[in-house]
Amino acid sequence: MKRSASVTRLLALLRKETRQMLRDRSNLYVGLALPLVLILLFGYGLSFDVTDARVAVVMEDGSAATVNAVAGLVGSDYLSPIWAHSMFEAEQMIRADEADAILRVPADFTRNLTAGQGQLQLILNGVDSNTAQAIEGYANSAVTSALLHRADRQADVGTEAASVAIVQRIWFNEASNSTWFFVPGLVVLIMTLIGAFLTSLLIAREWERGTLESLFVTPARPLELVLSKLAPYVVIGAIDLVMCLLAAKFLFEVPIRGSLWIIAFSSILYLLVSLSLGLVISGLTRNQFAASQIALLVSFMPALMLSGFVFDLRNVPVVIQVVSNLLPATHFMGLIKTLFMAGDYWPQIIRANVILAIYTTVLVIVARRTLAKKLD
Amino acid sequence: MTAPTVEAREVRKSFDDADTGTVAAVDGLSLSVRKGQLTALVGPDGAGKTTLMRMFAGLMTPDGGALSVLGIDVARDPQQVQDRISYMPQRFGLYEDLSVQENLDLYADLHGVPMDARRDRFARMLEMTDMARFTDRPAGKLSGGMKQKLGLACTLVRSPDLLLLDEPSVGVDPLSRRDLWRIVQQLVDDEGLSVIVSTSYMDEAERCAQVFVMHRGKVLAEGTPDALRERAHGLTYTALTPPGVAARDLQARLIDAPHLVIDAVPQGGNVRYILQPDEKAEEVAALTGEITTEPRPEELEDAFMMLLRQQEDEAPASAAATRPAAVVEGTADGKPVIVVRDLVRKFGDFTAVASTSFEVRRGEIFGLLGPNGAGKTTTFRMLCGLLPATSGQLDVAGRDLRTARAQARARIGYVAQKFALYGTLNVRENLQFYGRAYGLGRRALRDRIDEMTEQFSLDPEAQSGLLPGGFKQRLSMAAGLIHQPEILFLDEPTSGIDPLARRAFWRTITALAQGGVTIIITTHFMEEAEYCDRIAIQDAGEMLALGTPREVRELAGTDGARDMNSAFIAVVEDARARRSRAEAA
Repeated sequence: MKRSASVTRLLALLRKETRQMLRDRSNLYVGLALPLVLILLFGYGLSFDVTDARVAVVMEDGSAATVNAVAGLVGSDYLSPIWAHSMFEAEQMIRADEADAILRVPADFTRNLTAGQGQLQLILNGVDSNTAQAIEGYANSAVTSALLHRADRQADVGTEAASVAIVQRIWFNEASNSTWFFVPGLVVLIMTLIGAFLTSLLIAREWERGTLESLFVTPARPLELVLSKLAPYVVIGAIDLVMCLLAAKFLFEVPIRGSLWIIAFSSILYLLVSLSLGLVISGLTRNQFAASQIALLVSFMPALMLSGFVFDLRNVPVVIQVVSNLLPATHFMGLIKTLFMAGDYWPQIIRANVILAIYTTVLVIVARRTLAKKLD
Repeated sequence: MTAPTVEAREVRKSFDDADTGTVAAVDGLSLSVRKGQLTALVGPDGAGKTTLMRMFAGLMTPDGGALSVLGIDVARDPQQVQDRISYMPQRFGLYEDLSVQENLDLYADLHGVPMDARRDRFARMLEMTDMARFTDRPAGKLSGGMKQKLGLACTLVRSPDLLLLDEPSVGVDPLSRRDLWRIVQQLVDDEGLSVIVSTSYMDEAERCAQVFVMHRGKVLAEGTPDALRERAHGLTYTALTPPGVAARDLQARLIDAPHLVIDAVPQGGNVRYILQPDEKAEEVAALTGEITTEPRPEELEDAFMMLLRQQEDEAPASAAATRPAAVVEGTADGKPVIVVRDLVRKFGDFTAVASTSFEVRRGEIFGLLGPNGAGKTTTFRMLCGLLPATSGQLDVAGRDLRTARAQARARIGYVAQKFALYGTLNVRENLQFYGRAYGLGRRALRDRIDEMTEQFSLDPEAQSGLLPGGFKQRLSMAAGLIHQPEILFLDEPTSGIDPLARRAFWRTITALAQGGVTIIITTHFMEEAEYCDRIAIQDAGEMLALGTPREVRELAGTDGARDMNSAFIAVVEDARARRSRAEAA
């Protein structure tokens, strides 16, 4: 008897929350249209590919071998060489933002190449470290393949390819070294946004409209209120997850090497973390405006900045590392990247999911507290 | 003798206030409420009524004392109480995006009402609230009175062991108010429902079996309405207004003598008043002078006002604004300052105001009355130039509002229903802001602020947001009057204000009108219409009655002649009956 009354109440509350969600258009736009915008924006707008990077080439050695080595640059889609007359001129180009990198062929290149110690100098503008790294990669492979080409034609100098070393230095940001897997990271961002932002409005709205006071003096239990507010948004989150996975596979052609079930399971678990975080914020602030601002500040922004989505966590100060490790987003970010790129790696799957489960439990308990049916 | 429904012993509850330290909302209060009857909690603002109700409902935990509801220690087990009672807070939380039916279903499910019982109950509730036609309408699209009725229906989806109603009729028009009480009364009679209602309407308290008069967190007096009424026995009189004198001027004269007169209000064209108990026959004779007075039977309201006045250290009504306001130039020449001809306002297909015409003369107090959703607010907004008219002529202060809205606006003052000033600024800063917004010069502004703060007894340095309700009201008035407007618009200024503050407020209005300011006011308190020179009653966008309070009462016929409340109900119902006959024909 008692159990069935509780189920009736839960169903009634679920029906109410779902109806409210479906009737509030702005909620649906944020829940379904915004993720689509984010996918397209991050997918295309934040493209990591660098095309036609301007490389100032300084030829201090004009021999055939040199021309050959640099020829690879001309044929590349990604690089467009600009010929500079002197190192000084090339430097001026970088400072004037007319070039993104300098490739310097030293005067003794041919001599050293013959001796098996050919050296080229690559100077990169590290102001934009991601572009710098891209150019580094392109230049390297362009020069190497050009030399391999030459080696093919001249079997007797077959050892030369291996003997050319590009000595590079990154200007302005020497230590930069980041990995960029942003499509898997999008799943994290969207789950965070949907979760915290949408639910942050729910309890606050009921406080503002005075509906909670009436609801409190009914047999409805706090936990029933929390669960009924979570459930409809889990459905929205699941739809978003499917959108992300489809976009990853067909739009961006990112490999999904791990199991889809594990990706789905972990994502829903992470979604629950951010949904209940949103509810906690909502219940504590009791004000829709404050709640939505705080939700953005404590969930979406850190997930964007500190979870390893943009900045590699290995390079941040210890304090930030500690903060990062406190964020559920960081653990989920690591897991989802591995799942996409590397496949199922069980120790990490278990560890991350346990952490997420703990967060969910704690947050649901706190959310239930904030609905403790008290006005004082 | 059955166990009491609610038993409170020395219950205390305090709140921390950043400014004033700890405030005791309920201060060692004891009471015992009997089962199966209507019990009223009455008292002025800040008496602790809402806090007490919330403690009954288990929403707040008492700081001390013992409180048992339905025999349960509510502090220890609030959920058990909440499973059995129903509670309607001041603002009942309807889900505005859910329909009437969906709101009812939600509460029925939450209370676990079985399906077969539900059908009869819903049918009965919808019939009693007269909402059977609107079950599919979203609750947000209902009028204020309808929302309140739906709120009551939601709390009554099952027969609770105790029903708590916290000021259910604040901001509700007389018709909806009557309907609400009809429902409650019927359930008390049929099902032996136990009801505790807090209210500031004495006619509502009069319907209850037991009344507790609260003041500053304590029970001041308790008893049946008859027993309480007895306190005013022999002190209640009516002063008959001589021809050519406005009732409100006579009322002002009486209420300005607080050492002799406890309270005075205009009613039915005359003034009812209460004398101070101790004998001062000569002085009273000197005050009333040539006016004919006659004794009248005492009412609960008389006893209530006596009890409250005894508690007040000062006499706030007379202190508020006896000093007459600066006289506006060219006053009381009888010329109309507002001319409305065939005014129409449509929202899409919906006609909010239909072909309305009236005039308001300089120095008049003009009252705009009507049920929720009657078109009052729309008319009001058009008069202030906040909303353009669809068609018709609209002259305010000699300016055509359709062409010269800005000039007309400079000559009117507007006091919104809600406190619309900046809470973090102090009184002076708020007045400065409004004065500058109206283009007052430095000197003029300083003088004006001095006048206003003196007239309304406001402390210029006090932070506006922390002022008590009545003082916020005064500050709003001061801001509306800072640029010496010819016409002052007041939108439901007395909603949710207790009787004492309302007396003080009307004393100010009377003084302003004497000074030549034209006043246009909307109100839900029908007895306040008696302060007006002329009133208009609107319903469904149409003007149903227009005239002096006496004329309107007479128009309503014998039923309504007694007081404004019944006159209002008679006029509106009559018109509605005529309209539905016309539709049927």
